[in-house]
Amino acid sequence: MKQDFKILGTRPARPDGLDKVTGKAMFGADKSVTGMLHARILRSPHAHAEIVSIDTSKAEALAGVKAVITGDDFADVESRWTRYTMQNCMAQGRALYDGHAVAAVAAISKTVAAKALKLIEVEYSVLPHVTDVDEAMAPGAPVLHEGVKARKLGDDVSGNTVGYYSFGHGNPETGFAEADEVIERTFKTAAVHQGYIEPHSCLADLGGDGRGELWCSTQGHYMVREVCSEILGIDASQLRVTASEIGGGFGGKTTVFIEPVALKLSQKAGKPVKLVMSREEVFRASGPTMSSSIDVKIGMSKAGKIKGAHAKLRYQGGAFPYQMVMMGAMSAFAAYDLEHVQAEGWDVMTNRPKMISYRAPGAPMAVYAVESVMDELCQKLGLDPIDTRLLNAAREGTKSSYGPTFKAIGLVEALEAAKAHPHYSAPLAPNTGRGVSCGFWFNFGGQVSVSMAINADGTVSLIEGNPDIGGSRASISMMAAEALGIEYDRIRTIVGDTASVGFSDVTDGSRVTFAVGIATINAAKAAIKEMCKRAAKIWEIDAEAVEWVDGAAQPTGHNAGDFPPMSLAEIAAISGKTGGPIAGHHEGAPDKAGVSFGVHMVDVEVDPETGFTSIKRYTAFQDVGKAIHPAYVEGQIQGGAVQGIGWALNEEYIYGEDGLLQNPGFLDYRIPVASDLPMIEPVIIEVPNPGHPYGVRGCGETAIVPPLAAVANGVAQAMGVRMFELPMSPPKILKAL
Amino acid sequence: MRYVVAKDSRDAVALLNTGENARLLAGGTDVLVQMKLGNKTPSLLIDIKSINGFSDIFAENGGFRIGAAVNGAEMGAHAALKAMWPGVVEAVELIGSTQVQGRATMVGNLCNGSPAADAVPAMLAAGAMARVEGPSGTRDMLVAELLKGPGQTKLGKAELISSIYLPARPEHSGDAYLRFIPRTEMDIAVASAGVNLVLDASGTVADATVALGAVAPTAVVVPDAAAALLGSKLGAQALEACAAACAAACSPIDDRRGTVEFRTKIAGVMATRAANIAYTRAGGQL
Ligand SMILES: Cc1cc2nc3c(=O)[nH]c(=O)nc-3n(C[C@H](O)[C@H](O)[C@H](O)COP(=O)(O)OP(=O)(O)OC[C@H]3O[C@@H](n4cnc5c(N)ncnc54)[C@H](O)[C@@H]3O)c2cc1C
Repeated sequence: MKQDFKILGTRPARPDGLDKVTGKAMFGADKSVTGMLHARILRSPHAHAEIVSIDTSKAEALAGVKAVITGDDFADVESRWTRYTMQNCMAQGRALYDGHAVAAVAAISKTVAAKALKLIEVEYSVLPHVTDVDEAMAPGAPVLHEGVKARKLGDDVSGNTVGYYSFGHGNPETGFAEADEVIERTFKTAAVHQGYIEPHSCLADLGGDGRGELWCSTQGHYMVREVCSEILGIDASQLRVTASEIGGGFGGKTTVFIEPVALKLSQKAGKPVKLVMSREEVFRASGPTMSSSIDVKIGMSKAGKIKGAHAKLRYQGGAFPYQMVMMGAMSAFAAYDLEHVQAEGWDVMTNRPKMISYRAPGAPMAVYAVESVMDELCQKLGLDPIDTRLLNAAREGTKSSYGPTFKAIGLVEALEAAKAHPHYSAPLAPNTGRGVSCGFWFNFGGQVSVSMAINADGTVSLIEGNPDIGGSRASISMMAAEALGIEYDRIRTIVGDTASVGFSDVTDGSRVTFAVGIATINAAKAAIKEMCKRAAKIWEIDAEAVEWVDGAAQPTGHNAGDFPPMSLAEIAAISGKTGGPIAGHHEGAPDKAGVSFGVHMVDVEVDPETGFTSIKRYTAFQDVGKAIHPAYVEGQIQGGAVQGIGWALNEEYIYGEDGLLQNPGFLDYRIPVASDLPMIEPVIIEVPNPGHPYGVRGCGETAIVPPLAAVANGVAQAMGVRMFELPMSPPKILKAL
Repeated sequence: MRYVVAKDSRDAVALLNTGENARLLAGGTDVLVQMKLGNKTPSLLIDIKSINGFSDIFAENGGFRIGAAVNGAEMGAHAALKAMWPGVVEAVELIGSTQVQGRATMVGNLCNGSPAADAVPAMLAAGAMARVEGPSGTRDMLVAELLKGPGQTKLGKAELISSIYLPARPEHSGDAYLRFIPRTEMDIAVASAGVNLVLDASGTVADATVALGAVAPTAVVVPDAAAALLGSKLGAQALEACAAACAAACSPIDDRRGTVEFRTKIAGVMATRAANIAYTRAGGQL
């Protein structure tokens, strides 16, 4: 594997920075076209209700209204997963949660659209609802959809239980029998929202000829194209989707919420339609992550060796079938080398908005529960939390708790770095506790396409198909520069629309720097091969007798030294005369992503009179394989830690008895503000991923996994009382005290 | 909707009296947000920021008169005001963020009628007076007399407040304001307390006012809590009695921001901590 890098590991200026700070960047809501209409969506005021009738006639009669649609305007689709997505965008027959879309209007102005919404008459017949995961799973609960219960499950769970998974090996009971100490605990975590600053926004233009243009804020415009073309019944080739600059996604923009609605309105009105969600709509009707109820049982020897481990994860993911608890069950014990382990998971439906991914989806709550019990065992047995984790840590060759055997991984390195860091030995102030937790994420590969043009002036234009949500344009340019042997600023990477480059999977799973990186390196190889061929042609020697060194072609073998090297710029300048334009491209589906482990350490102070928790010091250690652009990597680690802190302390979806969301806004949905936090110190660890030419693993998600337990463990140390429910908001802490 | 810049307070009162669905606009940090959310839909918006004197702070009879359009940042930058009434100024400065501070006014905070408004308990503790102007003339009244309930004040339909007066104060006096929020800024008080103390030469509390916010339909003055501090040097017993009196005065709601139990407990904690700060500011030694 390559180790001596010229470009990787440096920190060039962000290619998107200037546009973002000057306001030039075009986000989802920034695009307007002449003659466009403004759309608004009418949403259910009930948690669960039959839609008896919808009368849109008064709204249609209002001057300036150009189209009104309801669920009846959407024809059924073949795939059941697409149907769920469609019915989440617009209810058909039943409103399944507070905020579920029931009708939409396109009008000449926002004001007219808002007026028209008030003129739509919906008759509801209210149905029983359920929002809590344990209640929804209990027999007798109101069932959201009949006939979708997971096979294999018995009568002890309700029809809302749509998924069951089990991972592990050995027999935990055997392990518990061998253990000196066994602790079993039940935890609950609240649903939290990704909290991206930019609401979902799009501009749709779908003509009567079935040709469409869609501009939207998304993590995957190919996904948008596939889903929308299926829902609208048009060919994928006819719908061109362009991803705007994105104001945050964190997984929340890996599906569609408004795009099919805007397209349908545009089709009906015959005009372009702009649709922008309000913040309240984002909270009520876009996907938060799952809430959970979890049992964890771990048995340990006096020396700290884990003998047996068992987790039962019950997640609710809102109003439609979904599959995500699997990720939690796979992640729960991934950090440890265990003989007897089992993690089971149940996916459950409730009358809440349909869940969607949020940074390491499913993992943070599972790991929170496991790492809390680990901490309690260490406390009880008088063991050092880092030494105990080191004793049990997964390493190269460990058969993971979810099946595969780990290749080179960096958990031990992260734990050792944490142990050696001055933070770990710093003295603690009164009412302050120090918490530690491990965390894990898989990272993914998946489908990618990259196209790279070598321009006549010696620069490179690179097109890829993955929206840049974390700095990937910089990293991709850097990898291209490294592979081609030219300077970073000779390259410009752009995210192409769906008609300009081949299919690319959604930007998620920390896959982009890994997968697009491999495609970029391969595209560069293809371009290099062609450039060597051109040089060979000029020199009149065999193409095989040319090699690429430091950004230039040079003769090799018995021709070595016969000609001076020809740089990329020199070859490019005369490419028109040597066979035409030079380009490289690569399409593939790399699958050797490397898992990433992290260890977080936090000092928290709890005010014993108010239950207020403040984060005093925070250090995050993470194996990222190779940090291409370390500043972006540090930002990812810091951002993940902060989101995890919010999850631990204050963020939560609050539902009343009536099943309505009580806090659809940033005032009462409390994400941390800057003054709540100390500087989060990131420590980058690089254990190269053998599955990537430069060692890249991916780094965006692991960092949100450890903070929940790290903070909870710190709080437990500070208060001497352990909390089993997130968020640990001040009223709950004070009550526990 | 019409937007009018009032020339003087007569003009503003006349506009309020037209029978239209009128609203006064000071900093707009409540009113514009409410309009954007669709909660308020005035047909006439009367901007009072250009009225002569409304943006001034001036000394009067040993105290300070603060115009209705003076924003938080301006109060924070006024050294003499801050030295005399640090608790009132710190309460106003807690409102929002730097951006909000450049707009938000103390009078707007009062007239928006939120039980959790930060400036109000501090004004109550300080014995602040409001100058009210209306169709039938001008009158001065205690801020405490204007409080009515969530989203309301006792101002008449065509009345406005032109200024707030913070009185002169004796030697050895000090005030302080504290609020509890689950974060460190950009939040609404779950419970809050303003305390104003006057000490005698020996450091014993000779006069006290304690006011609480966010624990009742309006901010409330709690005479029993003040009585508990009188004659003390803020020993443990006095503070305990003060906290108990605060708890007894609480009739909060249970909502997403805090439980009854939590608010009741926290009110006393805020009051005793604010009392300690006020005591030190008054020159007392804890
Ligand atoms: C981001 C943000 C953060 C905030 N944080 C806080 C906070 O921490 N604490 C807090 O207490 N508040 C907070 N607020 C609310 C608001 O900023 C304050 O209440 C502020 O003091 C209102 O002052 P204003 O001048 O902007 O009032 P405006 O919005 O102009 O007016 C408020 C109300 O008072 C009426 N009014 C204004 N002037 C007069 C007058 N002279 N006579 C009679 N009636 C009048 C108006 O008609 C309106 O009903 C926050 C608001 C925002 C947007």
